[in-house]
Amino acid sequence: MKSFMNGLKEMLSGIWGFIRKLWRHPKGRIGLIIVILLVVCALFAPWIAPYDPYDVTQRAQKGLSPSFQHLLGTTITTGQDIFSMLIYGTRVSLTIGVVTGVSLAFLGALMGICAGYIGGFADTLIMRIVDVLLVIPTLPLTIVLTNLFGRSYLMIILIFTLFGWTGLARVIRSLVLVLKNANYVKAAELAGASRWHIMMKHILPGTSHLLIMSTALTSAGIMVAEAGLSFLGLGDPTAISWGKMLAEAQSGGALLFGHWWWIIAPGIGIFLAVFSFMRIGLVMEEVFNPKMKQSSNIYKLFKNLNNTYIEEVFSSMSEAQILGVGGEQS
Amino acid sequence: MSKPIILSMKNVSVHFPVKGALPFSKKRVVSAVSDVSVDIFQGETFGIVGESGCGKSTLANAMIGLVRPTSGEVLFKGNKLYSLSPQEFKEIRRDMQMIFQDPFSSLNPRFNVYQIISEPMKIRGGASVDEMKKRVIELLELVGLSEKDLYRYPSDFSGGQRQRIGIARAIILNPDFLVCDEPVSALDVSVHAQILNLLMELQEKLKMTYVFISHNLAVVKSICDHMVVMYLGNVMESGSTKAIYQHPLHPYTNALLSAVLDVDLDNKKERILLQGDIPSPINPPRGCRFYQRCPYAMKGCVDKKPALIEIEPEHFVACHYINPFAQEEINAGLAKPLNL
Ligand SMILES: Nc1ncnc2c1ncn2[C@@H]1O[C@H](COP(=O)(O)OP(=O)(O)OP(=O)(O)O)[C@@H](O)[C@H]1O
Ligand SMILES: [Mg+2]
Repeated sequence: MKSFMNGLKEMLSGIWGFIRKLWRHPKGRIGLIIVILLVVCALFAPWIAPYDPYDVTQRAQKGLSPSFQHLLGTTITTGQDIFSMLIYGTRVSLTIGVVTGVSLAFLGALMGICAGYIGGFADTLIMRIVDVLLVIPTLPLTIVLTNLFGRSYLMIILIFTLFGWTGLARVIRSLVLVLKNANYVKAAELAGASRWHIMMKHILPGTSHLLIMSTALTSAGIMVAEAGLSFLGLGDPTAISWGKMLAEAQSGGALLFGHWWWIIAPGIGIFLAVFSFMRIGLVMEEVFNPKMKQSSNIYKLFKNLNNTYIEEVFSSMSEAQILGVGGEQS
Repeated sequence: MSKPIILSMKNVSVHFPVKGALPFSKKRVVSAVSDVSVDIFQGETFGIVGESGCGKSTLANAMIGLVRPTSGEVLFKGNKLYSLSPQEFKEIRRDMQMIFQDPFSSLNPRFNVYQIISEPMKIRGGASVDEMKKRVIELLELVGLSEKDLYRYPSDFSGGQRQRIGIARAIILNPDFLVCDEPVSALDVSVHAQILNLLMELQEKLKMTYVFISHNLAVVKSICDHMVVMYLGNVMESGSTKAIYQHPLHPYTNALLSAVLDVDLDNKKERILLQGDIPSPINPPRGCRFYQRCPYAMKGCVDKKPALIEIEPEHFVACHYINPFAQEEINAGLAKPLNL
């Protein structure tokens, strides 16, 4: 219990560190501000939104143009307040994006670390599963599965997670193969460390920057995908999402009547969400790369330009080749 | 007369499987160490020298249980290391530690100095945070760093300082057997002497046994009591350092020494230049592994492996040129020079 609390504390301070780094980075700050804004919208939607977006009974208010009463006007079909819909839509996009991003990172890390660190049969099995999943076309499958099991957001999250972890798992696996041969792992082994200790203290933290980066980037990707699915009418029919708003705008004749704000509003929502998450992911890459450079062979090569050392680096490179580190397994 | 043996290896071989380039190509093995036997005495410094890739690190790793030998036996303080239960193995291995060649990959970049040095103590358990901190500070001072460095990260330190941190981590559990795998070869020449002096001081203070791996024959000469000369996974010559340097017998040892030490060798010999490169350990020669580059190679060297034979007290050599073939083998033409 105590060690769990310590772990939690370490993790929280790690996350706090990331946020501070993001804030100091000029590009990261924009992303962070937008994300915070979106999160506030999602959490406090009922208080921020001036009207009930689910209220489809306002026949008298149909098709209003933007005004101070209705900042973004109302829908032509049912008279819902578009601004309120936009605020509520944040909930769906963010939840799906972040939940999928996190669970995908979790699954990818678990699989990649099992394959890389345990090796042997686990490795072969996991990599075969990856090979199979990679050739399955996700979109048709999603259509089939949502028709089979009902169109709920839980289903969509599940599908994206189960079919999306493969790329991350591969990257994590090859990183783990490098990390587990690091000398500090050998030193811990010599002191009698258990595999669990090595995994939790050395291997997993070594992959954390990749995991956080991937969470941000996949969240962005998933938000676009969700909008696409909702636009195609494959989202949850009971919730308001930006994708569905777009679909309704199109079928409700927004273009026909020149109500461009009805289309632009959800578009901007999607854009802001994706943009801010991408920003954060990319800035993280920039923040973490110098560290990666430091431990790479090339960096060492220039830092210690003396002959025996170069020989050493080359021999370790060829060892890595023998081991198949970083490459595809045959 | 001699001190007790702390570690002894009996006919140890280590083979690594390598994947073929094609999916169905035959499985091959790298024989990194083959059939090596050594005895290491309590409190001495034992040298391992040889070219890059000859299996020095692998041999040392097999000694301390980082690599499991394919065959053979390792006895540490009389215990068969690889027949112990996992628990006993863990316990006994705490007496063995290692200093790594590369000070950059030997410290986790995410840990601060305190976390790095205290990690072995934390893993062993049973010490309070205060005790650990006190011990870490004590060690920092012992290796020439200071309390100020406690919460700094490895990236803040130079190679030599990192090596000092690695040394502190290695000795925190009071090991009596310490493997130094080329501890200075990745460092600037200017700090070589400092680190070596530190190691020697610590050995004196803490009564440790050292296994010292090095390319640098001058260093080995000055600090090692016994040594082995390795070539392609085999021991070519072994014995007391004094005997080997005074009277090197194996053509390979001679070549190594003449290349490096010709200034300070007493009996000046002509410099021997070796032809060719070290052959691949994937398909090592059947007989003497050195025959392709040996200036004295004979027909018999190709197929018959020379045994390690004691030529004078504490001086063993594996070479057909030094230990001649038997009369009937000579009659069969094995001693005729080999023209490559
Ligand atoms: N894990 C491994 N898998 C496959 N081959 C290996 C492995 N470790 C070492 N080898 C091979 O075994 C041989 C001996 O390697 P080793 O690292 O022991 O050499 P070394 O004498 O320490 O060299 P150096 O002076 O460069 O450190 C080399 O050919 C190397 O490629
Ligand atoms: Mg080595």
